[in-house]
Amino acid sequence: MSTTVTELDKVKTGRWNGGRSPFNVEYGKIMMWFFLTSDAFTFSAFLIYYGSQRFAHMTWPDPDKLFQSIPFVADYGYPLVFVGIMTFILIMSSVTMVLAVEAGHRMAKKEVVGWMIATIIGGLMFIGCQALEWTHLNHAGFWWGSIPSQEGVSPEVTLAPYFSKEISEVSALQFANLFFTITGFHGFHVSIGILLNIIVLGMTLANVFERRGSYLMVEKVGLYWHFVDLVWVFVFTFFYLV
Amino acid sequence: MASQHLDQTVEHTEGQHQEGMTKGKIWRVFFYLLALTALEFFIALVLVHGGVIEKTMAVNVVYIVLTLLKAYYIIAYFMHLKFETFGFIMSVAIAFVLIIYFIVLMLTEGGYLNTHYNPFPHWDNPQ
Repeated sequence: MSTTVTELDKVKTGRWNGGRSPFNVEYGKIMMWFFLTSDAFTFSAFLIYYGSQRFAHMTWPDPDKLFQSIPFVADYGYPLVFVGIMTFILIMSSVTMVLAVEAGHRMAKKEVVGWMIATIIGGLMFIGCQALEWTHLNHAGFWWGSIPSQEGVSPEVTLAPYFSKEISEVSALQFANLFFTITGFHGFHVSIGILLNIIVLGMTLANVFERRGSYLMVEKVGLYWHFVDLVWVFVFTFFYLV
Repeated sequence: MASQHLDQTVEHTEGQHQEGMTKGKIWRVFFYLLALTALEFFIALVLVHGGVIEKTMAVNVVYIVLTLLKAYYIIAYFMHLKFETFGFIMSVAIAFVLIIYFIVLMLTEGGYLNTHYNPFPHWDNPQ
């Protein structure tokens, strides 16, 4: 018997030649990524519709004038400060989440618990801030299908404080609908994220991952949590800055 | 039990690609994100609100570039995508070509509606 291996019998060692995981990512994590991709499409569709509405109207409410309050501090005169605080909270909670994942790689249960609790607190603070923001806009008269109005007063007058250029009822109405829909959908995602974080925190405390030998589940909810932060980066830009 | 066992084997035999995200690096990325956000606020509050520059399309382009930069840092480092295999990165990223197309499509459509079909009533701003 010859010991030379023919070209055909040679064992192939390429990434896609079998015998190993080509992506080198655990199944659940791949599925989380694919779910997030599809979710990104949903958010993209929302934000692109918002963009196309802005392009379709010759005037639009000025975020600089709409968002001027800091709850419990000032009702008027501080544009974008409160949303800045919200953005900071969310970025911060994203950092504590990566730190939890990093601690998970070292199997350091105590640190995972600490960082997860910090992340959950950050999420709750963000949701709280968003509730205040909604309440403020709602008191001003904005809601789904409604804009500030007064009996017998022209919209030209009631809407004037929110516009820098021409004033339009339709623009204001579209803005109100899209603002509450998109930030609402994002807030819904944050709420789900907090819930998932609490579940994973409970599992960590119950030593589930310790026994399993890996903190992969922390990574998976971490992916979701970063996605929520990522969406906020875009919502923030298109609703508050542009 | 089966899934637990799977988690274990994956983690032990293949999951060893966690190089890249040390504590120091995490905080560094955090400060990049913070700096980019601070820059956005500087433009919005000091430059635009303060009346130094007009809010033109160029300003919006700057905002969007900064946003995409922040998105890159979050996806690449926090979500760890930069450290995955090329095939996996592509299987997630390629789909967004459609989003670019969708953006171009919808904004063109919006712009067309504005210039060719604008029956909405509006008033001049008294300011």
